[in-house]
Amino acid sequence: MEALALRDPTAAPVAGRFGRHGGRFVPEPLIPACEEVEVAFAEAWADAGFRADLAWLLSRYAGRPTPLTPALRLSTELGVTVLLKREDLAHTGSHKINNVLGQALLARRMGKRRLLAETGAGMHGVATATAGALLGLPVTVFMGERDVERQAHNVFRMRLLGAQVVPVRSGSRTLKDATSEAMRHWVSVTEEAYYCVGSVIGPHPYPWMVRQLQAVIGQEARHQCAEQLPAGTPEHVVACVGGGSNAAGAFAGFVDTSARLVGVEAAGGAGAARGEIGVLHGFQSLFLQDEQGQIREARSAAAGLDYPGVGPEHAHLRDLGRAEYVTATDEEALAAAVRLARAEGIVPAIESAHALAWVIRAAGTTELPTGSSVLVTLSGRGDKDIATLMTYLGDGEAE
Amino acid sequence: MTSLETRLRLRRDRGRKLLMPYLTGGVTPDWTDHLRALADAGADAIEVGIPFSDPTLDGVTIQEASDVALCRGATTAGILADLSRSRIDVPVVVSTYANLALRRGADRFCRALADAGVQGLIVPDLPLEEAGSTGAAARAANVDLALLASPATPARRLRDIAERSRGFVYAVSLMGTTGERNQLAASAAGLARRLRGVTDRPVFLGFGISTPAQAAAAARDADGVIVGAALMRRLLDGADPASTAGFVRSLRAALDGVPARTAADAGG
Ligand SMILES: Cc1ncc(COP(=O)(O)O)c(C=O)c1O
Repeated sequence: MEALALRDPTAAPVAGRFGRHGGRFVPEPLIPACEEVEVAFAEAWADAGFRADLAWLLSRYAGRPTPLTPALRLSTELGVTVLLKREDLAHTGSHKINNVLGQALLARRMGKRRLLAETGAGMHGVATATAGALLGLPVTVFMGERDVERQAHNVFRMRLLGAQVVPVRSGSRTLKDATSEAMRHWVSVTEEAYYCVGSVIGPHPYPWMVRQLQAVIGQEARHQCAEQLPAGTPEHVVACVGGGSNAAGAFAGFVDTSARLVGVEAAGGAGAARGEIGVLHGFQSLFLQDEQGQIREARSAAAGLDYPGVGPEHAHLRDLGRAEYVTATDEEALAAAVRLARAEGIVPAIESAHALAWVIRAAGTTELPTGSSVLVTLSGRGDKDIATLMTYLGDGEAE
Repeated sequence: MTSLETRLRLRRDRGRKLLMPYLTGGVTPDWTDHLRALADAGADAIEVGIPFSDPTLDGVTIQEASDVALCRGATTAGILADLSRSRIDVPVVVSTYANLALRRGADRFCRALADAGVQGLIVPDLPLEEAGSTGAAARAANVDLALLASPATPARRLRDIAERSRGFVYAVSLMGTTGERNQLAASAAGLARRLRGVTDRPVFLGFGISTPAQAAAAARDADGVIVGAALMRRLLDGADPASTAGFVRSLRAALDGVPARTAADAGG
C-alpha cells in the first residue's frame, strides 16, 4: 500500500485505509450505519445533480469562492509573501460550512430526519445548526462542558438557530468527550438521525468524505494562486490542524505540486507531531496516549485544536514525509491573532492563529526563507474568541 | 486446558442457562474478592473489563466504573497479575477497547492474557473487518475472541460473524450503549433467534439486562446472559462481595427456572 493519497487525491481509499491508518473501528451496531453513509456518499458524489445542488449552496448561500487576500503589511514585516485563504469570510465564519452543507444535503437525500454533531470551538456546531435550519432538519450538538463555558458565544448562536446543545460532562469535558458522546448517542438513533462529523476523523467513510467536501478550499486557492503569484504555486501551504479538515482541504489542492505542506497543531494537542499509533473514535491514527494506551487529555486555548488525535490521512502524509506537522503554543497563537488584527484588520480564530504563529516564527529562517511565498488557510474568524483575547490583552492594553 | 467454548457448550448442552456477570478490573481494592464471590454464586464465566479512558460503547455506569478503576491506578498488567493470583475455576473473558489490545501488539496482548489464565476476549471496537490479526493472535494463544452481533446486523453478515466468532457470540440486545434498562429490549429475542438459526455456538445476550426477570426472559431465546451495569452500579454504591454474590444468586435462580432448549430447538 503506497501513497493512495498521492496517486489519486479523489479516489475513495480501499477499506477506508490511508496506509496503515484509517479503517472502521466501530462496534458492530454502527457498521450498517457507516456502510449506509459510504454507499450514499459514493452515489451522491458521482451524481451531477447532487454536485450542482452543493455548488449552488456554496456560492449562493455560503459565499464561495472565498477571497485569497495578500497580507501586504504582514508580508513586508516578515519578508515573505503571505497569502490568506479567507475561510473566515464563508457563511457562519469558518470552513466548517463547506463540509456541513455537503453532509446535510446527503442526510436529506438519505431520508434522515435529524442531524447530530460534536463540536469543540462551536464552529462546526454552528455550521450544523445553520444547515439544519436551512434544510428543515432538527439538530442536536454535543459539546464538552468546558467548551460550553469558554465558547459561550457559539453556544448561544446554536440555540438561536434552533439547535439543542447537550453539555458533556465526562473526561476532559472537551472535543474528545463530545465526540465519544455523539457516537454513543448515534448508536441509538441510526435509523432516523445522520451523524454529521466535523473533521477528517471517525470511521470510514468520514475522513475521506470530509476531505472531499473541504477540498474546495485547496481547489479555489490553487486557481487564485495561479493568478496572484508569479510562480503560480506557493512554496509553502500552511494550515492549523485539530482533526485536520481545513488542512486536508488545503493540502488536497497542492498535494500533487512541489509545495511544502505544513500542518500546525496546538502544542497541547499535537496528535500528528507527538502522537503514537492507536485507535479511537472509529479510526486508527496517531494519538496522544500514555504508556498503557490510555488517551491523554489535550489542552489548548483553541477549543477546536483541543483534540488528542489527528485524522488518518494526515498520519499517512506524515508517514510518507509528504507533509510536516509542527506546533505552536497558546501564547504564540494569541500573539499572532493580535498581530494579524493590527497589521491587516482581520481578527482570526485562535485555531487559525496557530498557522500564522508558525509563519511568524519561521519567517526569515531556513524553514521559511526570506522572499518565499506561503499560503495560509485562515480557517475562521475570531468573534467567538473575543473573551479569551480580552483576558489575554488585559483591559488596559486593548484601548 | 479445555477451551472456553468447549466449557460453555458442555454446560449449555446439559440444559443449563449460562450466566456471565461483568466486573471492571481494579474498580475496588478488593475486586478479586468480588470475582471469587461471583464465581461461587453460580457464574459460568466472568467478563473482566480492562478500563479504557474513552469507553465509547459504555453508558454512565461502566464509564464511572472505568474512571474509578483508572484513578485507582488500574493497568492491563496489574489486572492480569491479580487474575493470575486469584485462581478461580470459572473461565475469565477479558473485555477491553482496541487501543489497549493493540498498544503493544495483539500478539503480546493475547499471550499475556493466556499467561494469566484468561480464556476469552471481547473487543467491541474490532468489528469483523478489523478483527483479523487480533483473531489470529488470539487463536495462537488459545484465547477465544468473541465477536459482537447487533439487531441491525444483516443476515449474511450475521452468518459471517457467527462463523468467525470463538467461544460464544455476543448478541447486543439493543441499539445503544451498556446500562440498566427498565425492560428487556424488544430487539433481544429476535436477534438471539436469528443467531441460533445460523450457529450452534453459545449465544449470549447482553446490554441492558438488569433484573432476574429480564435475565430469565432473555434466556428463553439465548443460551446465556451477560449482566454488567446492574452489577457495577451495586458495586459503585458500595456493595460488598456478599451482596454482589447475592445479586448474582438471584440471577442464577431466575435462569434455573427457564426451561432448557429442546433438541428440536437446538441450532434451529
Ligand atoms: C476556526 C477553526 N479552525 C480550525 C478548526 C480545527 O478543525 P480542523 O482541523 O478539522 O480544520 C476548528 C474546529 O473547531 C475551527 O473552528
